Amino acid sequence: MFLIEALGVLLVLAGMPFFLAGTLGLLRFPDVYTRLHALTKADNLGLGLVVLGLALQASSWQAAAKLLLIWVLVLLASATACHIVARSALHRGLKPWNRKEQ
Amino acid sequence: MSNAHLYMLGGVCLFTLGTYALLTKTQLLRKILAANVMGSGVFLVLIAGAYRSPSGLPDPVPHAMVLTGIVVAISMTALALVLLGRMVPGSRKGDKE
Amino acid sequence: MIEFAMDITLVISLLWLAWLLLAAQDMFKAIILFIIFGLFMALVWARLNAPDVALAEAAIGSGLSGALLLASLRRSGESGAGNEQRAGGLEPGSGITPGSATLNITHRLLTVLIIGLAGTLVWAAWVMPPQHSGLTEQVTARMQRSGVSNPVTAVLLNFRGYDTLLEIGVLLLALICVRSLGALPQFLTLRPPGMVLMAFTRLLVPFMVLVAGYLLWAGAHAPGGAFQGGAVLAAAGVLLLLADIGLLQSCPERLLRALAALGFTVFLLVASMMLQASGQILNYTPARAGAWILLIESAALISIALILVLLFSGGRFEKGRVPAQERDPVQ
Repeated sequence: MFLIEALGVLLVLAGMPFFLAGTLGLLRFPDVYTRLHALTKADNLGLGLVVLGLALQASSWQAAAKLLLIWVLVLLASATACHIVARSALHRGLKPWNRKEQ
Repeated sequence: MSNAHLYMLGGVCLFTLGTYALLTKTQLLRKILAANVMGSGVFLVLIAGAYRSPSGLPDPVPHAMVLTGIVVAISMTALALVLLGRMVPGSRKGDKE
Repeated sequence: MIEFAMDITLVISLLWLAWLLLAAQDMFKAIILFIIFGLFMALVWARLNAPDVALAEAAIGSGLSGALLLASLRRSGESGAGNEQRAGGLEPGSGITPGSATLNITHRLLTVLIIGLAGTLVWAAWVMPPQHSGLTEQVTARMQRSGVSNPVTAVLLNFRGYDTLLEIGVLLLALICVRSLGALPQFLTLRPPGMVLMAFTRLLVPFMVLVAGYLLWAGAHAPGGAFQGGAVLAAAGVLLLLADIGLLQSCPERLLRALAALGFTVFLLVASMMLQASGQILNYTPARAGAWILLIESAALISIALILVLLFSGGRFEKGRVPAQERDPVQ
């Protein structure tokens, strides 16, 4: 029991750096496409680890299943939102950032 | 200072900020946002007040009032936005031609 | 100690966000900040043991309000002659000319008044007793007779059912006002939605209907209820509109009107039946209370969801448009 709880805490902690990296990317990356990349990729994996960690500590398997369901829904929603933002940016004629042009 | 007092003071500050913006900002959409911020301040005071219950179970009556308030606030916002959309540019007193 | 630090962080973030959103020059930025502000409010509600309010805030206060505001900004941006001359006074008005003497005096007076108001309110909040049970005991003592076990639902639909009746009336009234103002310029026709959004909507809408039903059912014993469920259903409706799936547009006008009024009508009918039977409005017999509440909430859920979607689309669903799948696919 102790091992499972410790693993849960470890997984939650392991998720934190991904949020940090995602936020840093959002603040520091040069254009909308790279920022989206930082946000969606990092947050999905970070949230996945946090959810796994919480699911291990959940009181019942139903609660764990609900947590996993939340993760799947966030994955779907964030991928779609990312696509829509990028598509809209492309339609407005925003050019992806390119190192050579800078 | 207890947690409830902290949140109540936060609510008071939100209400005051909203009031100030409502009275001084000229953009109408911003005034709608300001009214919403004022509302959030009031809700915060109510819910923080409910949190003071010594039994640990918060008072459900303010919770129900705030739920009602959130729905009334969105009705108000929606109507205000449509009225805004119906306004003819330049018809406000003081607007330039 | 850590809890208190978290509380302070939350309160300061809220105030900072409110300041930013009220001061931001760009209106689009202000609205996005308002959505984030709503999400932080939801966090605060969760922190203050108000999960019912947190659910409603996340769905209505942040999600649907944000959608409404963005739709309105979009309309005003596209309906005018161009971005320079926006309709509806969204651009900074010129009513106040800085530097005029009367204005400065008014402005100073106003600042003094507001500081006075803030001082009074801070004092009033400060002298409140740190512990107060309010009406918790009265509600707990009567929970057995309310027909549900979630105290917030008991207050909303039994003890203070009158308030909720009037609230659904307010929602209906807002819709009637919006509709009577005539058709708004549509903004959805600008660009066909992508395949991804359409597929996502098709996948998610049935699931959202299920969640709405679950929230309605769970409201009797856990956080949830007609408002939270209705907000989720309304979000599904907004998605259907944005993805240009003509499901809502194909509903006959009469049916839409009937459904929008259904919640208020059912609520009013039940209330008058109770008035006839017991001489008091919404005074259910304890044995049947649960069933009456479920009936009212089910009707209210449909009306709340439909009214919120209609408010989003400007009072009406536009008819006679070509659904996206019959148009030329773009990329």
